[in-house]
Amino acid sequence: MSKLLKRYYPLFLLPTLIAFFIAFFIPLIMGIYLSFTEFTTVTDAEFIGFQNYILAFENQDFLNALWFTLRFTAVSVISVNLIAFFLALALTKKLPGTNIFRTIFFMPNLIGGIVLGYIGLLIINGILLRFGVTLTYSPAYGFWGLIFLMNWQMIGYMMVIYIAGIQNIPPELIEAAHIDGANNLRILRHITIPLVMPSVTICLFLTLTNSFKLFDQNLALTNGAPAKQTQMLALDIYNTFYGTIGAEGIGQAKAVIFAIILLIIGCVQLYFTRRKELD
Amino acid sequence: MQTQTKKNPILLILLILVACLFVIPILLVFMNSFKGQFYISDQPFSFPNAETFAGLDNYIRGVEKTDFWSAAFFSLFITVLSVGAIILFTSMTAWYITRVQNTFTKILYYLFVSAMIIPFQMVMFTMTKVANLLFLDNPIGIILIYLGFGSGLSVFMFTGFIRGIPTALEEAAMIDGCSPVVTFFQIILPILKPTAITVAILNAMWIWNDYLLPYLVIGSDYKTIPIAIQYLRGGYGSIDMGAMMACLVLAIIPIVVFYLAAQKYIIEGVAAGAVKG
Repeated sequence: MSKLLKRYYPLFLLPTLIAFFIAFFIPLIMGIYLSFTEFTTVTDAEFIGFQNYILAFENQDFLNALWFTLRFTAVSVISVNLIAFFLALALTKKLPGTNIFRTIFFMPNLIGGIVLGYIGLLIINGILLRFGVTLTYSPAYGFWGLIFLMNWQMIGYMMVIYIAGIQNIPPELIEAAHIDGANNLRILRHITIPLVMPSVTICLFLTLTNSFKLFDQNLALTNGAPAKQTQMLALDIYNTFYGTIGAEGIGQAKAVIFAIILLIIGCVQLYFTRRKELD
Repeated sequence: MQTQTKKNPILLILLILVACLFVIPILLVFMNSFKGQFYISDQPFSFPNAETFAGLDNYIRGVEKTDFWSAAFFSLFITVLSVGAIILFTSMTAWYITRVQNTFTKILYYLFVSAMIIPFQMVMFTMTKVANLLFLDNPIGIILIYLGFGSGLSVFMFTGFIRGIPTALEEAAMIDGCSPVVTFFQIILPILKPTAITVAILNAMWIWNDYLLPYLVIGSDYKTIPIAIQYLRGGYGSIDMGAMMACLVLAIIPIVVFYLAAQKYIIEGVAAGAVKG
């Protein structure tokens, strides 16, 4: 069968492959190459070795963005997952209205980052107005504003994944533990949590990568203000490309560093949480 | 276990509070969309009154400023056609690379998988240049770009499912003289339906809300809804909050309607997608 199918590659393989190469693979290879060159329009690239990387690491905006992004990622991963997990526990207890709650909690996830960002702008500025300041007054407001937005958007998504994980636990296990005299806390610690580890792996991975790559919310809510202090990596790279004259090479080098850090963080997380999964 | 609902008032109250926290921001936007633009930033939490009520002024101005209906059309056009192309072509590709096993298809599979984690910023600049060069910087061309970007996750999810389908069925069809094309459309595609729904939902959520990719590729000539909304920020600082609120409401309504109509599929799709991802 595979021999017959093999001859049909122009139909089955080529459309996806052409699109994949045009949109992703060729730009990726070009991007890696261009990070070692000085260029403005791709065709005038001049090889300059690691110069762009050196300039990127000497760039204070980039280092600020990196530090801001790492702090943001740490806080949002922990808060999103803790809240989502407890909501999932609550919604698997057969309370009345479970479906309505699930529907409500998930909804912000469907609304895009730009729209959520401007809704956040209205609410957060409205609250801060009581204290006579705005979001652009201090980078701390932008930081916690973004954390609020991330939680609002991601909690429902992660909750749905945790609910699926919790519902996969055989009820006999929990019943048996009850009969053996285990209290709820022990059941949570020794049965529920170990058995939802596959969900934990996925949720941590999704929140980690999405927080690290955050762009739309950042652009809409603070756009880096005040003075680029709330600028995350993705926005800094964007501004290096499109807001700074003659810095395309540095922007591309920053993008490569960004991708490598993301790959490392993602792989390390997957390695450690996968080890905790039970078979 | 018990089938009847349990009573736990404290937990229930807590859940209601969290639910309010989730819904109130959206209701506030709705409420503010009827207030004059200069009253919105000053008193965002008060209801419109005789002085602040602006009727549909914000909507009229917002739609006009952003050319909202045209943006809505392009958003819909691009999302529907891109998702359609992704479902059709990536399912075919996934079937091919699962059933034709050789070094080439193995390499392809790993290329698709690795594409999922590479951040967009990595290819942002070069991809935009390539799109310009190949005349893909229009609402039709961007569909090809989305097919390319969406193929990583979609091929991955389809292959995950196809590996679990026994080959006996398709072999029987081919022995009976069906060509691979007929076999795929008559036998494989119907079996793939649940996965196709999941893939469609995940891609639709992404493409509908995507801002940066369409902004860079077609943003100078065409607006999608997120581009139209960001456009209201304009140059330095000042935002017409009235037009903004109105456009936010107009952007949210179709999402909420779609969500309430297809809720079951969306939530199941997301859960199923995560299990495989």
